[in-house]
Parts: sequence; C-alpha cells; structure tokens
Amino acid sequence: MIPGTAWLVLFFLAPLAIIWAISFGENTSLVKTEITGTLDNYWRALSDVVYLKIIWKSLWISLLSTALCLAIAYPISFLISFAKDKWKPLLLMIVILPFWINLLIRTYALIAVFRTRGFANFGLEWIYNTLQLDHLFGAFEPLPLLYNNFAVIAGLVYVFMPFMVLPLYASIERLDKSYLEASLDLGASQSRTFWSVTVPLTMPGIVSGLILVFIPMLGSFLTPDLLGGTNAQMIGNVIERQFKAANDWPFGAALSFLLMYVTFGALAIRSVLSGRKSGMEV
Amino acid sequence: MKRRFSPMAASRRQFLAGTGAVAAGLTFAPYKAFSEEEKKINFYNWDTYIGETTLADFNKATGIEAKMDLFADNDELFAKLKEGNPGYDVIVPTNDYVERMISADMLVPLDHGKIPNLSNIEERFRDTAFDPGRKFSIPYMWGTICAGYRKSKVEGTPNSWKLFYESDKHAGKIALLGDAQNVIGHALKYLGKSLNSKDPAEIKMAEELIIANKKNIKVFADDNGQDLLASGEVDIVQEWNGDILQVMEEDKDISLAVPKEGGLLWEDGLCIPKGAPHPMNAHAFINYLIDGEAGAKIADYIQYATPNAAAKKHMSKEYLENTAIFPSAETLANCETQVFLGADATKLYDEAWTRINAA
Repeated sequence: MIPGTAWLVLFFLAPLAIIWAISFGENTSLVKTEITGTLDNYWRALSDVVYLKIIWKSLWISLLSTALCLAIAYPISFLISFAKDKWKPLLLMIVILPFWINLLIRTYALIAVFRTRGFANFGLEWIYNTLQLDHLFGAFEPLPLLYNNFAVIAGLVYVFMPFMVLPLYASIERLDKSYLEASLDLGASQSRTFWSVTVPLTMPGIVSGLILVFIPMLGSFLTPDLLGGTNAQMIGNVIERQFKAANDWPFGAALSFLLMYVTFGALAIRSVLSGRKSGMEV
Repeated sequence: MKRRFSPMAASRRQFLAGTGAVAAGLTFAPYKAFSEEEKKINFYNWDTYIGETTLADFNKATGIEAKMDLFADNDELFAKLKEGNPGYDVIVPTNDYVERMISADMLVPLDHGKIPNLSNIEERFRDTAFDPGRKFSIPYMWGTICAGYRKSKVEGTPNSWKLFYESDKHAGKIALLGDAQNVIGHALKYLGKSLNSKDPAEIKMAEELIIANKKNIKVFADDNGQDLLASGEVDIVQEWNGDILQVMEEDKDISLAVPKEGGLLWEDGLCIPKGAPHPMNAHAFINYLIDGEAGAKIADYIQYATPNAAAKKHMSKEYLENTAIFPSAETLANCETQVFLGADATKLYDEAWTRINAA
C-alpha cells in the first residue's frame, strides 16, 4: 500500500500540483515563471472562442474514435475468449504485439499505408482492376486517405485498440458462460441474450476500456500532427506548442487543466447517467 | 521544426532523433570541480550533423572522449536547458535561439584566445547582429529555407512564394512547413514585409492570406516535407535546403529554388551553455570543429554550406559550385535572418498559428 501511494504522490500528484501552480503564473523572463495567482491564463483560454472550438473538436474526434474502438474490440475480445485454449495466448499476443514497437514508428508506418502511393491505395487499385472496373468507369483514382480527419481517427483507433481489447477480454473471460446458456434455454433470442445478459455482465470491462482509451485520446498530439491535414489540430497540439515553440508554460498549464476539467465533466455525466439506471452496477 | 541532411533512410533518422531526445533526457553528467578537467566532453547536437569520424579523430588528436546526444529541434534544446544544464558542454542552437539564450543568460562567453582556428572563418561570418563580436557563438553551418519541387510537375522554377500562398495552380499538392514563425514569416516575405515583423496588422494580413489559401494546401509538414515530395504526395514544398538536397540525390526529378522574395537565412552556432562541466575541453572541441581539415570532413559528409574558408580549400568543385548549397549573391541579398522576436510577438505568432490551424 505504501509503495503504491508513494508512487502516486511522487510521479502523479506532485507533477500535477506543479503544473496546477504554474497555471496561475506569469512569465517574468524567458526562463523564469512566477506564480502570482493570476487568472489571466484561464481568462485568455476562455475569452477566445478558438480554444473552446479546438477542445470541442478534440472531444468529438476522441468520442468517435473511442466508439469505433469499442465496436471493433468487442467482437475481437469475444473471439479470443471463445477460442480454443491453445490459441488464446497467440491471439492475445497478436493484439499486444504492436506495443513492442515505438508509437512514432507505428504512426509513420500508417503514413506508408495511407498515402496516395501507399499500400491501401495499391490494394484498392488491384481490386478495382481485377474486377475490370477500369473499363467501366475509367482508370483508378487514388483515394485521399492521408492528411484529413479520417486519417487521424484511423490512427487513434489503431494505436489505442489494445487498451480496449485487454479489459474487455478480461471481463468476457470472467463471464460465466452458463448464464448465456440459461438465457437461450429460457427462450431469449441471440440478440436479447447479448443486450440483456452479456453486455450488463461485461459492463466493468466496457467502462474501463472506454476510460483507458478516451482520456489519452483527448490529449494526443502526435497522431494529428503526423496524419492530420491543415485543420487537424487538437488541443494536445496547442498545449505542446505552449511548452515548446511558444515558450508560454503558464498558458499551456491552464489549457491542460481546462482539458482535465472537461474530462472530469465527462466522467461525472457518465456516473450521473449510470446512477439513474437502477440496479446496474458499474 | 528543422531537421538535418542525412544519407540514411527517413524513418531511421526520425527514429534516431526521437530516441536521441529520450537518451539526452537521461544523461546527467556529474559535476566535478577538478582543477584539471577529466578528459571528457558532452556534445549536444542535431542528428547526422557531424562527420562520420569526427568524434574519433578528435579523441585521437586530444585524448578527450566526446559523447554525443541528439536533439530534434531548437525548442527541445531550449526547453531542456531552461531548467538548468543537465551536463552539456557544447550545443548547436540556430541563430535566433543563440540570441534567445544570450538574452536569457544561458551561454558562457567564449575565450577567443583558446579558439585560434577562428581565423579560418570567412570574414563576413566573424561578426553578426545576433551575436555582436561573436562573444557567444562560433558559426558552424548555414543555409536557407527554399522551395523544393518536382521538375516534371512544375512549369519552370517556383520563383515566387505566390505558388504557396496565393495560387491554386498546384492545389492539393502543396506542403508548407509546420511551425508558426516560418509559415507566417514567409507569407510576410511574399507580402513584401519583413520575415521578423512584429506589427500585429501585418501578422494579421499574413494569417488571412494563409487561411484563404488553406484549401489548396495539403499539409503543414513538420519535418517530413522532403519525404512528401519524394513520394509524390506533393509537387512543391517549403523546406530547409539541406533536406531537399538529400532527396535530390535520390531522385533526379527533384530540385530546389529560393523564391525571388527571398527566404529565411539560418546559421547554427557552436556555443557553451552555462554550467558546462568541461569548459576547457569545450573550447578545444569547438576549435577542432572549425579546423580546416576536420571542417572539410564534416561539410563533405553532411553537405551543408560551411562558413569555414580553410575547409573550403579541401572541398570539391562540385560542392563549392552547387547553387543549392551556396545560393548566388543576388538570391542571398533578399534573404533574411530570423531574429528573436521577444515574448509578446511570439505570442502573436502562436495565436495566429492556432487560428490558422483551427480555421
């Protein structure tokens, strides 16, 4: 218990407190920041609508990507959980394998997949030509897959997928399969069984997956930077710039905390909503 | 962000830059108050920005063991040293960051008596506005920001920034750099203003110009414009000349030009940061880097323009007459060196950049 707490205080709460303090500070010189208790940084972020717009954009991109992650990860976790025991380690390994590669490299790899003369377009072109569609509609036009919101969302889903699969797999694995048989024996349809039995029983895994994926997505800056187009900027990019190019740590700290409040807000809404549904334990 | 010429594949280089950055963060050289310095030096450099054997040759010549860490851009260098020097002896910031670090009192004044090779440096580089009298920085390499282009896709040469900022001629096939000061700065250049303008009205004009042309721009490329050009993703790209030079070697259909409005002229300086544990060795190292023969080996490997007259004597005609490395005097006349704008103007640029990206 003590090492855990010490770890949390030292590497999470203490740095967080420092950033929180800096968010009430001012730059007095190029290298000095003084904590003056000013609210100017927050005021600057809230008075210019552009920052709220960027937070909003980060929110919907992250929400959409999280939803896609869930939709893709759920069947995958199910598949692994219901696979023969000897296959399970291998299948899990395939999910975890990308973790062995640096995030930067994985993202660069996506550039090679999505660009105009990339693997995705080569593949599509091959299918198009094999189906002889070029005789009907003319030569294949490569799709613009890179440098737009699609690329950012695809990148986020790809990068964060394992964080969704693992908690889902854990909770599906714990699911007592006899409940499913009971439900089916008692006459419930497959879909009724899924929605009324499977989903509620795996809800803890779903919720931890959602949180594990959504929160880091909200603050990501590498993916929009590398895969996004000219309007891909998410709030993480703005914050990163304040700590580097703009050299304005107090403003960056204030933006970080605004983002955190938004995250808390989202979590609070979730717990209010789940509190309304009686009898469902999350 | 700026990156250096490298003969290696892009992904490997970028990876190295990334890991180098991490490794640098972990390096804490011990502070030792020896009267005589231990035979060591910590060099903090750009990736692939030194000769292949330079560090080993230096060791042979002086017995001093040089250890090199890498940074990816000036912001990273500055952010790392801002909270105190983690143990570096020699760093290589670009001119505006040399200025920034001087004004933040982060550099040690150089003892020119310990750098006799200073006489190798060309006359015009021996004094400069950003570091009067060269008190804090010794010129290492210099270059420009230019227009890289695919010859078969562009009529003539891209001799104006108009193609980037106010034209749909290459719609969807244009990449600009990825940082506020360079993208806005060259828009200002196109508008006939100074690259270093601090005038809010002028910056606003540049912002509106870029937003209006955003539909034609494919991407603001941080550090991979040359790769986009090489892979055919874009036809014209705003880039550091060294990066374009690299892909020009691999693809003969690629070339570069400095537009007539002029581009950014940059220069990297060798400096000693405050708190350097081995200042004596640092002076010896800087002196070695601007030695004629050693300097030639470096320039030959990294293919940047050297300000070192003694090194030029050892260089091939091919290198010396390459206008992509050494632009003509007329071209250079319109180019401008970036100066440190101060905190208020930096904020103006950053806010404009945020709006441009959000538009």
